[in-house]
Amino acid sequence: MITAHGVNKRFGYRLVLEGVNLDVRSGELVALLGPNGAGKTTLLRILASLIRPTLGEVKVAGFRLPLQAELARAQVGFLGHHPMFYEDLSAVQNLAFYAGLYGMTRPEARIKQLLKLFDLLSRSNEQVRTFSRGMQQRLALARTVLHRPKVLLLDEPHSNLDREAVATLDELLRGLARKGTAILLATHNLGHAQRLAHRVEMLAAGHLAESWGRGKLASKQFVPMYDRALRRAQRGIIHG
Amino acid sequence: MAKFRTYLTVVTQIVRKDLAVEWRSRQLLASMLVFALLVILIFNFALELDARARSELSSGVLWATFAFAGTLGLNRSMAIEKDGQAMDGLLLAPVDRSAIYFGKVIGNLLYMLIVALFTLPVYGVLYNVNLFNGGLFLVILLGAWGYSATGTLLAAMAMQARSREVLLPVLLFPLLIPVLVSAVRTSSFFLEGLESVYIWPNLNLLLAYAVIMPALGYMFFDFIVEE
Repeated sequence: MITAHGVNKRFGYRLVLEGVNLDVRSGELVALLGPNGAGKTTLLRILASLIRPTLGEVKVAGFRLPLQAELARAQVGFLGHHPMFYEDLSAVQNLAFYAGLYGMTRPEARIKQLLKLFDLLSRSNEQVRTFSRGMQQRLALARTVLHRPKVLLLDEPHSNLDREAVATLDELLRGLARKGTAILLATHNLGHAQRLAHRVEMLAAGHLAESWGRGKLASKQFVPMYDRALRRAQRGIIHG
Repeated sequence: MAKFRTYLTVVTQIVRKDLAVEWRSRQLLASMLVFALLVILIFNFALELDARARSELSSGVLWATFAFAGTLGLNRSMAIEKDGQAMDGLLLAPVDRSAIYFGKVIGNLLYMLIVALFTLPVYGVLYNVNLFNGGLFLVILLGAWGYSATGTLLAAMAMQARSREVLLPVLLFPLLIPVLVSAVRTSSFFLEGLESVYIWPNLNLLLAYAVIMPALGYMFFDFIVEE
C-alpha cells in the first residue's frame, strides 16, 4: 500500500531525508519513531503528496507519486500537526466541506457517525474556534477518516487527547487495520507504538536506522533496546 | 467527463466555503467596504475639481478604490487558508490543484463585485456619474476578473512569506499596471460615450489579461503552493 525507495528530501542545503526505504502492507499498522527533527513529518508529507521528494520513488495505494498524485490522494487520509479547519465554520460545516472535496454525495450520516464516535455530536453546530485543542484534534481525526481512506498517515495523532479519546482512537485504528487499511503513524511516544503497532521503524537524522517486529515490541527490553539503537544511529551519522 | 464534474464540484465547494466563512465572520467584506467608501469620500473632498476635470478623473478614483480595497480582500482570503494550515486540507483533495486556484479566484471576484455593488451608487452620486452604462459594467467585470486572477496567484506566493501583507501589494501592483491603466481608460471612454475605435485597444488588453492570467494560474498554481 505504501512503498518508498531511496527517498531523499533536501530543503535548500539541508538534507532532511536520505535513502529512505519503507513498505507498509494493507492491514499493517507501522509506527514511525524518532527524535525531533528526524524527518518523520517530512516523510509523511511526501507520502501524502503535499511535498515532492528530491530523489526516489514513492507509491501510495498503488499509484506513483507525483505523476498519479490525484488518484493517490483519493485513497489517503492525512493528519498533520495542524487541524486544517476554518475556525469560523462549525464542526459539521467543516466536515461537510471536506466531504465535498472528496466527492462524497450524501455525507450527512457518515459525519454524524464520526461526530458521535469522537463525542462531538453535542457541539456539532458550534464554531470550531470555541473548541479546546483536544476537541479540535478529535475533529481532525474525524476529518482524516471521513472518506474511508485505504491509507492513513498520522502525525502524532494522540497529542492533546484525553484518556478516553486515546482509547477511542486506538480502538478505531485497530479496527481499520483489521479491515485492511494501511496505517503509518509518527510518534515520539514509545508506549503508543508498543500498544498499537505491528512494526516499528526508527527514523534518526533522515535515515531509517532500525526496525522491530511485534515480538520485540512486546518485550520489556524494547525501550532500552530502542535507546541503544538511537544512540548508535546518531553516533554513526555523526562519525561517518 | 466525470473528472471535469469532480473538478467543478471542488471549485464550487471552495467558493461556497469562502462565502460561508465570510458570512460567519463578516471580517473581509466589512473592511473592504469601509475602506472603499473612505477612499471615495477622501478623493471627493480632497480634489476640488470643476465638472470636466471631475469626469476625467472619476474613473481613476473608482479603480484606485477597487485596487486598494482588493488587496485587503486578497490578503484575508489567503490568510484563512494559512490559519490552521487549512491550505493543506485543500491540497489533499483528489483533483488537479488548479481547481483550488479557480475556487479562490471566483471567491475573490465575488467579494470585489459585492464591494462594487455597494460603492458604485455612492460613487455615482458624489462624482455625478450616470451608472446606467452597460460598457462600464463590462469593464468592471473584466477588470475585477483580471485583478482576482493575478492577485490570487500572487497572494498564494506571498502566503509562504512572513511579511505577506506587505509583500502582496509590492508584487501585485507592478503586474496590475496594464489592467488598471486599461480599465481606467476604458471606463472613462464608456462614460464619455466615445466611439468604439477608442475603446477596443484598451478593452482588448483587459480581455487578454482575463485569459492569460488564469492560464498562468492553471499552469503554475500547483508549484507555487507545494513548497
